[in-house]
Amino acid sequence: MSNLIKLQGADAHIVSADSWQLVRLPAAQEEVKKQAGKVVLFKLTGVASASAEQIAATELPAGQIVLPLPVFLARREDLAARIAAGEIGVWLESHELVEDLAAAQADLSALPLIVIHIERFADGRAYSSAALLRSRFGFKGELRAIGDVLRDQLFFLKRCGFDAFEIRADRSAADALASLKDFSEPYQGATVIDQPLWRRHARG
Amino acid sequence: MYKYDAFDQQLVRERVAQFRDQTRRFLAGELSGDEFKPLRLQNGLYIQRYAPMLRVAVPYGMLNSTQIRKLAHIARTYDKGYAHVSTRQNFQFNWPELARVPDILEELAEVEMHAIQTSGNCIRNVTTDQFAGIAPDEVVDPRPLAEIIRQWSTFHPEFALLPRKFKFAVSGSSNDRAVVQMHDIGLEFYRDAAGALLIKVWVGGGLGRTPILGEVIEEALPWQHLLTYCDAIIRVYNRWGRRDNIYKARIKILVKALGLAEFKRQVEAEWAFHKDGPNTITQAEFDRVAQFFTAPAYETLPASDAGFDAKLAEDKAFANWVKRNVHAHKVAGYRAVTLSLKTTGIAPGDITDKQLDLVADLADQYSFGELRNSHEQNIILADVKLGDLYALWQTAKAAGLATPNIGLITDIICCPGGDFCDLANAKSIPIAEAVQRQFDDLDYQHDIGELELNISGCMNSCGHHHVGHIGILGVDKGDSEWYQVSIGGKQGNDASLGDVIGPSFAAHEVAGVVQRLIDVYVDNRTPEERFIDTVRRIGAAPFKDRVYADRQPGKQKVEA
Repeated sequence: MSNLIKLQGADAHIVSADSWQLVRLPAAQEEVKKQAGKVVLFKLTGVASASAEQIAATELPAGQIVLPLPVFLARREDLAARIAAGEIGVWLESHELVEDLAAAQADLSALPLIVIHIERFADGRAYSSAALLRSRFGFKGELRAIGDVLRDQLFFLKRCGFDAFEIRADRSAADALASLKDFSEPYQGATVIDQPLWRRHARG
Repeated sequence: MYKYDAFDQQLVRERVAQFRDQTRRFLAGELSGDEFKPLRLQNGLYIQRYAPMLRVAVPYGMLNSTQIRKLAHIARTYDKGYAHVSTRQNFQFNWPELARVPDILEELAEVEMHAIQTSGNCIRNVTTDQFAGIAPDEVVDPRPLAEIIRQWSTFHPEFALLPRKFKFAVSGSSNDRAVVQMHDIGLEFYRDAAGALLIKVWVGGGLGRTPILGEVIEEALPWQHLLTYCDAIIRVYNRWGRRDNIYKARIKILVKALGLAEFKRQVEAEWAFHKDGPNTITQAEFDRVAQFFTAPAYETLPASDAGFDAKLAEDKAFANWVKRNVHAHKVAGYRAVTLSLKTTGIAPGDITDKQLDLVADLADQYSFGELRNSHEQNIILADVKLGDLYALWQTAKAAGLATPNIGLITDIICCPGGDFCDLANAKSIPIAEAVQRQFDDLDYQHDIGELELNISGCMNSCGHHHVGHIGILGVDKGDSEWYQVSIGGKQGNDASLGDVIGPSFAAHEVAGVVQRLIDVYVDNRTPEERFIDTVRRIGAAPFKDRVYADRQPGKQKVEA
C-alpha cells in the first residue's frame, strides 16, 4: 500500500502508482560528530553532502529518477536530454540550499519533481526551502516531502508549498489525510494562501 | 481589549479539536513521546516533576474578569486550587491531568483564551508593558500591533519548528518596562517629528546560558512593514540558526556569529522580496484592531480627591501601599493599582482560586472589568478612580493581595524552580522566602528603596536573574544545590547584565549574602541613589569584599 498523498486542487488523495525512483548516493564513511559525548544529528545549512567519489559512483537507472542535489549539480550537463524528456527530478536534504539548485537550473519548472528529505520532523528548514522554491524561484512542478513526514506537520508543510507527502512508512496515510484540514482560515499570508485573513475576508 | 470574531473563535476551536486528537493518539500509543513533545509544547504543556504543567497564554498580559473567573474555575476543577503568574505574563497550572487538558482548553476557548505557542521552538506569546494604554510616558499604545503580531505568528507555517524558542516584546513608552533588549526581537514604537509611527527594532537579545542584550538592527521601520520585516528576520534565522547544539541555537548566537552588519545585510536582502507584499499592514487593518484598545468611559474627574487625601494622611498602612502599589495614570483622577502576589510565605506569582474570583470582582467594580499581568508576576488594575482606592485597598488587604512592596526587595521575580520544574537545577521558591523573611520589616524595605531581586532555578533564566539588580541563579554541583549571586543587572532603557560576584553559596547562606550586599549599599549610598546606582558608581569590588570577607580561601576553591 502506498503512503504517498498528493494534493489536487482542494482535494487530497492517496496515490498508489508512483513512477519516480529515488537515487541514493553510495554509502561513504561518515565522520561522526560528537558534542559533550552526544552524536550531533543535525547538519548545518550549506554543509556539503557528498564527496566527488560518491557523486561519480552514483548509478543512474533508466526511467524517471530523482537525483541527490550534488549528483544533479555535477552531472546535469550529461543529463540534458533526460532533463528535457522530463525524466529527472532532484532531492535536497534539509540543510542543502535551494539557491544552489536554482543557480544551476535557471528553468526550475523543467523539473517535474523536487523532493525535500526531512531527516527529522523537528527540523523546520524544509518549510523555508519549500517557500523559497515556490515564491522566489517560481517552481511549478510537484514538491514532495519525504522522510520523517508525519500528519501533525502536514498542515504547515502544505502552506509552505508542498503538494505531495510521503508519510513515514510506519504511519497511516489514510489517517494523515484528515490533518490537511486542521484549520480552515489561517491568519497570516504565507506561500499557499498568500493573503492574510484581513485581506481575504471583511472582519469585525 | 481585543474581542474575538467568528474567525478567531473558529481557530481556537479547531485547535482544541486538533489537540484532543493528538492527546488521544499519544495516550493510545499511536504517537511516540518524541513526536508528541513538540505538539504538546506548542500547546504550553510540559511534563514536569510531578505532573504536567499547562501554560495558558495571556497575550500581552491583558485579561478581563470573565477570563479570570474561568481561570479560577480551572484552578478549582482541574488543579489544586491555585494558579501561577509567569515571568512572561502567562498563567500556569501545575497539576492538571494530561487526559483532561483538552477539556481545559475547551473551557478556555469559551472565554477567548488558549495555550497556543506558549512553549516550543516557535514564536511565543508577545509581551509588553503592563501599563500599556494608561502610562503617562506612553507615546504609542503598543497593544494593537501586539495583537497584529499575535495573529500573524499564530500557526505561522514556516516558523512552526525554529531552531529554538523565539520571543517578542513590544513597548510604546519612553521608559521601557517590557525589557525589549532581552528578547529575540524587541520593538519600540515611537513617533517622528511629523507624527509618523515608526519602530526601532532590536534583535538577538536573550538570557539563558549566554545572556546577551539585543542590538538595534533598524532604527526607523515604518509600522506597515512590521510583519514583512519580521518574516525576513525569522526566515534568515530559520535557515541559518544552529540546530546541532541546543545551547547555541537562539538567534542571538547567529547574530553574534555573523556580526550585526552581516546579519542585517542578509535580512535586508531577504526583506527586498517581502516588502510591500500581502503581509504589509494596511491602515484599515490597523484601525480595525486599534478600535478594541480605545479608552474606556472615563469620568471627568479633578486631579485630586479630598477623601483620598484624608485617608492618606490618617492611615499609614494605606499610605505605604499607595506609595508602592499605586501608579500614575494619564487621565486625571485615575490611578493604576498593582495587586502584589509577593506575600512572604507564598510562592511569588501564585494566586488561589478564591483570590482570582475576588480580583475579578475588583476589576468589575473598580476598573472597567479589565486587568493585566506583569512580567514581574503581579496583577494590575489599570483604571481605578482615586476616590475608590481606599475601599479597594481594604478588600485587597483582607484577601492578602495588598502587600505594599512593589519594586522593593521582597517583590521578587522568581521561577517555579526545583519544586515543580523538571529543568531546574535547584529550588528557587524557598530562597525567595528566606530573602523575604530576612527583609520582612516594612520600614526597612522602604528604606532600602527600589530594588529588583530575581531568582532563576537554572540557566534557562525564567526568573530573569541576569537583569536583576541582585540576581540569584541555582546551579547544580555534585547533586547538591548551590546559588550563584550577581549584581548590577538592570531592565529598562539602560539595561545591563549583572556580574557574578564570586563562588556560589549553599541555600542557607543566600539570605545572609543578600543582607551583606544591602549593608554595603546602605553604607555607601548617597541620598538619591538606588541600589543599582550605587553598584554602578562604586563597582562590584566593595560588595565582593564584604560578602567574602570571612570565607576561607581554601573553601572558596572547593566551591568554585
